[in-house]
Amino acid sequence: MSNKNTIATIDGNEAAAYVAYRVNEVCAIYPITPSSTMAELADEWAAKGIKNIWGSVPDIMEMQSEAGAAGTVHGALQTGSLTTTFTASQGLMLMLPNMYKIAGELTACVIHVAARSLAAQGLSIFGDHQDVMAARTTGFAMLSSVSVQEAHDFALISQVATLKARIPVMHFFDGFRTSHEVNKLELLTDEQIRSMIPDALVIAHRNRGLNPENPFIRGTAQNPDIYFQGRETVNDFYNKMPAIVEEVMNDFEKMTGRRYELFQYSGAPDAERVIIIMGSGGETVDETVQALNKAGEKTGVIQVRLYRPFSLEHFIKAIPASVKSIAILDRTKESGASGEPMYQDVLATLVEALQQGKIDKLPRLVGGRYGLSSKEFTPAMVKAVFDELKKDKPKNGFTVGINDDVTFTSLTYDPSYTLDESEWRQGLFFGLGADGTVGANKNTIKIIGENTDLFAQGYFVYDSKKSGARTVSHLRFGPKPIRAPYLISKADFIACHQFNFIEKVEMLEFAKQNATFLINSPYDKDEVWSKLTGQVQKMIIDKNIKVYIIDATNVARETGMAGRINTIMQTCYFALSGVLPREDAIKQIKKAIEKSYAKKGQKVIDLNFKAVDATLANLYEVEYPKTVSAAMHELLIVPKKAPQFVQEVTAVMMAGHGDELSVSQMPVDGTYPSGTTQWEKRNVSDLVPIWDAETCIQCGNCAYVCPHGVIRAKFFHENYLGKAPEGFQSAPINSRGFPETKYALQVYLEDCTGCNLCVEVCPAVNITDRTKKAINMAEKEPILEQGKKNIEYFENIPWNDRSKIDFSTVHGAQFLEPLFEFSGACAGCGETPYLKLLSQLFGERLLVANATGCSSIYGGNLPTTPWTVNKDGRGPAWSNSLFEDNAEFGLGMRITADKQLGVAKQYLLELKDQLGATVVDEILNAKQVLESELAVQHLRVQLLKEQLKKMTSSPALHLLSVVDQLVRRSVWLVGGDGWAYDIGYGGLDHALSSGRNINILVLDTEVYSNTGGQSSKSTPTAATAKFAAGGKSGGKKDLAMQAISYGNVYVARVAFGANPQQTLLAMREAEAYDGPSLILAYSHCIAHGYDLKDGLTQQNKAVESGHWPLMRYNPTLRIKNKNPFILDSTRPKISLKDYAYNELRYKVLTMTNPTVAEDLMKHAQDLVNLKWKNYEELATKRASDFVPIA
Amino acid sequence: MNTQTTYMGLKLNSPIVVSACTLSEQTDNIVMMEDNGAGAVVLHSLFEEQIHKEEKRLNSVISKTSNAFAEALDFFPDLEDVSSGTDDYLNQIRKAKERVKIPIIASLNGITNQGWVDYSKQMEWAGADGIEVNIFFIPGDITMSSAEVEHRYLNIIDAIRQSVNIPVAVKLNPYFSAMGNMSIRMQHAGADALVLFNRFYQPDFNIDELSVTTDLKFSESSEIRLPLLWISLLYGKVYCSLAATTGVQTGVEVIKYLLAGADVAMTASSLYKNGIPYLRTMNKQLQQWMERMGFDDVAAFKGSMSQKHMPDPTAYERINYIKILDSVKQS
Repeated sequence: MSNKNTIATIDGNEAAAYVAYRVNEVCAIYPITPSSTMAELADEWAAKGIKNIWGSVPDIMEMQSEAGAAGTVHGALQTGSLTTTFTASQGLMLMLPNMYKIAGELTACVIHVAARSLAAQGLSIFGDHQDVMAARTTGFAMLSSVSVQEAHDFALISQVATLKARIPVMHFFDGFRTSHEVNKLELLTDEQIRSMIPDALVIAHRNRGLNPENPFIRGTAQNPDIYFQGRETVNDFYNKMPAIVEEVMNDFEKMTGRRYELFQYSGAPDAERVIIIMGSGGETVDETVQALNKAGEKTGVIQVRLYRPFSLEHFIKAIPASVKSIAILDRTKESGASGEPMYQDVLATLVEALQQGKIDKLPRLVGGRYGLSSKEFTPAMVKAVFDELKKDKPKNGFTVGINDDVTFTSLTYDPSYTLDESEWRQGLFFGLGADGTVGANKNTIKIIGENTDLFAQGYFVYDSKKSGARTVSHLRFGPKPIRAPYLISKADFIACHQFNFIEKVEMLEFAKQNATFLINSPYDKDEVWSKLTGQVQKMIIDKNIKVYIIDATNVARETGMAGRINTIMQTCYFALSGVLPREDAIKQIKKAIEKSYAKKGQKVIDLNFKAVDATLANLYEVEYPKTVSAAMHELLIVPKKAPQFVQEVTAVMMAGHGDELSVSQMPVDGTYPSGTTQWEKRNVSDLVPIWDAETCIQCGNCAYVCPHGVIRAKFFHENYLGKAPEGFQSAPINSRGFPETKYALQVYLEDCTGCNLCVEVCPAVNITDRTKKAINMAEKEPILEQGKKNIEYFENIPWNDRSKIDFSTVHGAQFLEPLFEFSGACAGCGETPYLKLLSQLFGERLLVANATGCSSIYGGNLPTTPWTVNKDGRGPAWSNSLFEDNAEFGLGMRITADKQLGVAKQYLLELKDQLGATVVDEILNAKQVLESELAVQHLRVQLLKEQLKKMTSSPALHLLSVVDQLVRRSVWLVGGDGWAYDIGYGGLDHALSSGRNINILVLDTEVYSNTGGQSSKSTPTAATAKFAAGGKSGGKKDLAMQAISYGNVYVARVAFGANPQQTLLAMREAEAYDGPSLILAYSHCIAHGYDLKDGLTQQNKAVESGHWPLMRYNPTLRIKNKNPFILDSTRPKISLKDYAYNELRYKVLTMTNPTVAEDLMKHAQDLVNLKWKNYEELATKRASDFVPIA
Repeated sequence: MNTQTTYMGLKLNSPIVVSACTLSEQTDNIVMMEDNGAGAVVLHSLFEEQIHKEEKRLNSVISKTSNAFAEALDFFPDLEDVSSGTDDYLNQIRKAKERVKIPIIASLNGITNQGWVDYSKQMEWAGADGIEVNIFFIPGDITMSSAEVEHRYLNIIDAIRQSVNIPVAVKLNPYFSAMGNMSIRMQHAGADALVLFNRFYQPDFNIDELSVTTDLKFSESSEIRLPLLWISLLYGKVYCSLAATTGVQTGVEVIKYLLAGADVAMTASSLYKNGIPYLRTMNKQLQQWMERMGFDDVAAFKGSMSQKHMPDPTAYERINYIKILDSVKQS
């Protein structure tokens, strides 16, 4: 392949991967945000047969974890392949052991890292340098790129340098800020890349590889006699490395004209104050330095490119002699250290330089932290640092960008300080995740960036929810390269793509004076003013904003593009923004349409052209009065009855003002209250289910399948209806013998995501209108106010006594209070119904260890959590450790439960005389299987607590601290298939083998859902996924059979959409079994590629086709000398095809490669047939054919 | 023995044509059909709903799952090169044209003149020798008048005729009040051939599960009578080609249809039952019969038993019915 210097607008990940792919032969990959895109692209390029610069297609190998990837990298390197990997954060942590080895063996290699925070008090997917700083001791050289262009260039520079120096390189750039920023850059040609890498270096690398023709050993075990000396052998290589990198950078400059230095100084030659910084923030400092110096100040910046090895010689040269004070900014946190790493390096280097006489005095040095977890780092903050350096005693160990009101580290800054932005046209676009706003904006950047001389930058901000998520696109265009790695605070153009944002989202706060405001409005130009809130009207008037409206939904409908407003809104932007002259702009957008839809034919192109023309014809400027006519809209985020923490902290985050929270408002150890989603009332869906009490058969199916816990049922004495609001629906309960008992089903309207699963599952049909069921979707607006009153009333009706409910049936289970509610999961999520059921069945005594993944995100991504408490304050206690260790983490919880139970028992016996023998015996001998038994035991323990509170002896105090363990704990280890089948498999296997009473719930979506659909070992044959773009040819791992092989593990494979009763039964059996349990729960997912309202149908088909046979393996049956293997589904009734091809993940292969698709589907069908045959055989065996239980 | 025939301007070596069926989804099968003497192959049908559904589904799934969450900006591998199901169909035309010489007739199945009409143009570009339009429309809306139903047919034919230069055949159903008149109007709207008749999938009930079943039943030779009647009636009265479909199980039905006036007889169910090589047997049966009857070519007997050529044209009309009833009484 070849290319001339092409101008491209791509993001940092693609920029780096573009080169990395071309200069390697092997890529071992594993997904982790924000680096996943690099691996995905490598996989896709390989699937398309794109070759590296030596004419071969790199071998891309997905591994089970980053630890696995690093091992594979090491192995491939040791045998002479040019090998790379891509990672971030915890992934890099898992690579550390191998990195020491790779470096210790002087192996040429580059790892590309999208630098990200580490999970500490909380996980964060966003960018800082905590991960790379944690890897700074590995011996890898560290090369930092600060922009999309640099990520591209440094991918090559690092490769050449490593081959020359034999020191492996960690090339990193800021996660999200660089990895996800779209910017205009010049691509290196293959010829350029090739010219930088002499063949001799590649061959030398190969020759260092293991070869039986020339055998040697590497990786020995060394003893005290020589290890130390051996460790020192590499010094010379490290000493030479800086000069080598410098030489490569010089060669690179000769080739491209782009100059890079190890420590790149910019600013006044006689600067007195200098900031030293690494990563994208360096650009912000550089731009600010220029502005400050223009204003007469003497400032400068050193951007650190090569951080390891840290070259004293080069560093000293970069510092102006005039400097009096230096601030070293670290984008990391090293608790307990005397300073952050780079601060310490600079300090040590300068002291050393002073000692060596290379400098004659030490400038004042202070270190500071900024930008953790992608915290904004703006020119205003840079100015604050420079201002601090003016002081006689500037703060050391300061922070900037936050308000630390506890240890007072933070610098104050003036947020209104901005640089001259007059050259840029800046636009902000507010949209919803699924409305195409971000896609259209990425397209806009491409159009302008690649077809005009203008430079373009795009950055996209998403909120923390998976359903109804808001997006804000930040677009800048200008005549020079845009070096502004921070968000837009003052926009020329603001677009509101969803009219209901007017009331909910602050948008015009970001508008410049005389800005343009475009609204996608269902109201016409004369009516729209009256629909704006007082705040918005005032802002428009005060800032003299030009307002335009377009009814994009209507234009889309009328031009045959129903539901797709993106082209229309994009056209408006081109027409109004002034980035290009209007005529040119429209010409460009049409040219882009022709290019995008060339394959789809003239008709589609014409349709889009028509939409463009219709847009212009329907775009109106709004004339508005100069007075505010609307009432001020109260932006009440949470009701006043919410707890104080929710009012003061959670609500601030919900309102999008989390940046304003101070350190003192944060919990010190990452502990947050449960039950906070109830305060959000996100109103994601305009359509909600309405209950028809007369038609309803009270089966409970709708409540059971509702992924968001918005449908709830209670039965109660009819007396409760006396004060019910008018319109509150109820029906006589359909159990006989309870004439005074009523049944009510309540929909929590504001929490519904409109997924439609409840309607799909409803078996009751209205006899007068057969198009209707007992629950039907309808417009929310007309019923909302009444609905709120009904909900309030419903909440005051007590939940039914769980010890008196037979919840062995789906019908009965609906009367259990869900303690998992209103999560931010996708509308129609196939995982959350299992968690909700778990919370209903065992919530009061539930401990959840949650592997990182979708379930930890919708379960614990702030500001809120869906895990909640009942009226007594009891409920699931939840925690997330990591992705890879969840089984071990949960096992630890079990061990604590067991240990503390033992301790409690020990003290109970010790205190028997004081507490009373009856009390102690009853507690110790309590049978805790039935709900009624558990309720009695809980009561006993409460009474015991009262007794203990009156006692002061040490045993009594100890007993009080562990007394709650006397009520049987239910420990559940929850996670997705990425965890259970891949990264956490070793731990999971070990936990299962432990024999301990743990329950493992695998929410099996058959793909890495949270990171965007990468293949796992659960991904079925014939499906496509990222990392399996050509279709998965291997088989899906049968985790059930592996667990069964232990004999003493309870195993179930369930699918609530196919057989809810079996799911319920399995969960209860698993929990009741005093040993390890594993439940594999089929979870439909948006990564499967179909409308999730059909999720239940697909679950059913998965079972009917034999793809997902329902089964249970119950060791207690084996003990009773019965066959423990029970098949709960019938023989396959439909072919695998009939199930699979309803889903894009399978179907896509028939479109890209029908022949392979056919072969794989045939193979997959064979596998299904074989699996069924084996299962059927097992189901008919005798007990003695199975592993006996000791 | 010359079994050549001309069907909507296309020269065929045999009047036996494979009708639209899933067997033609495999190019290897099409080659086998040619090898065994098929005069032409009508490809399996591309459904209007399929065209819309595929595009809609793809777009909907992708747009609903893209750029919605910071960790997962999309969920599927790059779909830039993904063709919809419709692109596969075009590729299949191309592949078939590369490997066989017999005419390949693309088949579109739809009920409106929206969108998919454009697709006929692409079929032409892909190399199709003709297009068969299967207007599979059941006017379930009982307020719809017969005129409205007829207009719908004519509009579709007109729209496709306008968009392509290759011949267009219309596969229709027999449930028109004025079948003959409708045939003439379809011909005027641009139909180069009429394919008689479409078999609607008629539902059945499962009385145990109280459900509607829609299983596919192959046609039987006894079902040829209705098409036979109408081909006999239309032959010589319309200038477009006539194709007979339904009930062609052996060479016997082919011969009957040709005698009635059909230019070609189409079959699929016999190939499902007997395999593709059975085409050779059917051709042989035709040739043996021609030999026995002394016909050198198809033209020599085509339409010889149509109403036009019958000494007693009333045999096809009401009087014939009376005769049948009488014969039943006597037996």
